[in-house]
Amino acid sequence: MIFSDQETLSRDQLQILQLDRLQKLVARVYEKVPYYKGKMDAAGVVPQDIKTLEDIRKLPFTTKEDLRKNYPFGLFTVPMDDVVRVHASSGTTGKPTVVGYTKEDIKLWAGLMARSLSAAGVTKSDMIQNAYGYGLFTGGLGAHYGAEELGATVIPISGGQTKRQITIMQDFGSTVLLSTPSYALNLAEAIADAGIDPASLALKVGIFGAEPWSENMREELERKLSLKAIDIYGLSEIIGPGVAVGCIEEQKGLHIFEDHFLPEIVDRDTFEPLAVGEEGELVFTTLTKTAFPVIRYRTKDISRLIDTPCSCGRSFMRMPKVTGRTDDMLIIRGVNVFPSQIEHVLMSVEGVEPHYQIIVDRQGSMDTMEVQVEVSESVFSDEIKKLEGLSKRIQAEIKDLIGSSCKISLVEPKTIARSEGKAQRVIDKRKI
Amino acid sequence: MKVEQIAIFLENRSGRLAEITAILAENGINIRALSLADTADFGILRLIVNDNDKAKKILKENGFTVGKTEVLVVEVPDHPGGLAGTLKVIKAANLNVEYMYAFAQRSGQTGLIIFRFDEVDLAIAALQKAGLRILTGEEVYAI
Repeated sequence: MIFSDQETLSRDQLQILQLDRLQKLVARVYEKVPYYKGKMDAAGVVPQDIKTLEDIRKLPFTTKEDLRKNYPFGLFTVPMDDVVRVHASSGTTGKPTVVGYTKEDIKLWAGLMARSLSAAGVTKSDMIQNAYGYGLFTGGLGAHYGAEELGATVIPISGGQTKRQITIMQDFGSTVLLSTPSYALNLAEAIADAGIDPASLALKVGIFGAEPWSENMREELERKLSLKAIDIYGLSEIIGPGVAVGCIEEQKGLHIFEDHFLPEIVDRDTFEPLAVGEEGELVFTTLTKTAFPVIRYRTKDISRLIDTPCSCGRSFMRMPKVTGRTDDMLIIRGVNVFPSQIEHVLMSVEGVEPHYQIIVDRQGSMDTMEVQVEVSESVFSDEIKKLEGLSKRIQAEIKDLIGSSCKISLVEPKTIARSEGKAQRVIDKRKI
Repeated sequence: MKVEQIAIFLENRSGRLAEITAILAENGINIRALSLADTADFGILRLIVNDNDKAKKILKENGFTVGKTEVLVVEVPDHPGGLAGTLKVIKAANLNVEYMYAFAQRSGQTGLIIFRFDEVDLAIAALQKAGLRILTGEEVYAI
């Protein structure tokens, strides 16, 4: 179902709209944010240089590093009086990324989420069980406001409390489930364990996102939950969920809401722009956000653009499901983990060798993480309790840092493969 | 009094123990006493051999993590209650045994117990005071 007329604009109409919005955006950030002005000056570009959409290539990229340098509010373009809400990333790799919204931004976002839900076939008659986390994470509240904007009924249950989720699903007759795909699988397994036939539930659609997942996982979820599984994509730096969404008609690729977010694909090494169809890093420019706009934000997500028409009638380009990233970030049970964090913990333990390996796997629907650490002579002891103490200490420190537990395996020296180039720190055995 | 023992870190992988013993055999090293402590994830092999320095060097060259520890080898009468009497002495002296293992002598009336104490010197004093015989390194390596 098409929620807004803008979703079917012709390419020409859309490009006129995009250029107008881009020019206004660039002029505004140049004027309001000294950091952006500095970067543009250094790149030798002024707002007047943006005469066509291609001219966006003259503008410098924005990276997570830029966001960190301006922590917390340095890139906001409005006074804090006009900011009605902030969200933040978990900050697991340093300073969290803080994003802000004006009242208009929240409305815009709600509209985009209403569009997304609508694309997934959700209507105002639906009962939406929102199992995305509520809080600083953009998923819960983003989806919540969108559901209300659409006029559906929302159950703001948030994540966790699996038994209660199932009871509510049965008692309230939830027709739509919003959650991460891994949590949906958890729910599916709990439903099966409880001996409940998924077909006896009222669920018809699941809208799953916030982590990489595969087509196989989609099939599994559709079968186990007896629903249609739709992809949703977004990231807090851009707005949150609702940047792109799959449609119920095709379930092939996610329509990018191009009237609000200008997508580019760049080469993952040279950052040169790539043509439609070529695979590279996704870059977004927010065309309409007020409090926290971003110009050419490098998402580190790998995808490509598809410009062939879709039977749903939306004119927006599509992107296939994101299944990879340009950096080494791992998403383990929904938590972002960088190998460098694990390394940091290991290096802080005296005598631990710099050789380690992280093995990620999935058992059932649960991600597992094992950290293999080589035992050097300086930490080795002939007493079991001392070695077990060492591994417990590492485990506790990792849990403290990333909030997720892992198994520590002490291994013999030189058993972790040495590479001649970049060390392979991570072995991800999960089938995504 | 103190006897040197080497300890080797072992992953729980099949064939690791066979590899170590093969390496020792190739280098003419004779094992005098052995104990293997294992957990679900790893093991610690403790050895007293006839030439600890050589064994340690060779094992390290072969990529093993090797540690050296001092243990006490105590003669215990080889009859019912022999070990109980010794442990009574240890208990009375408030000594903490980290671990212990035993081996019997080929001939003679005594068994040998290898003790790992935190406080080795206190242990020596207490055991000697109770009249127990502690073997020297030379005696053990030459068994």
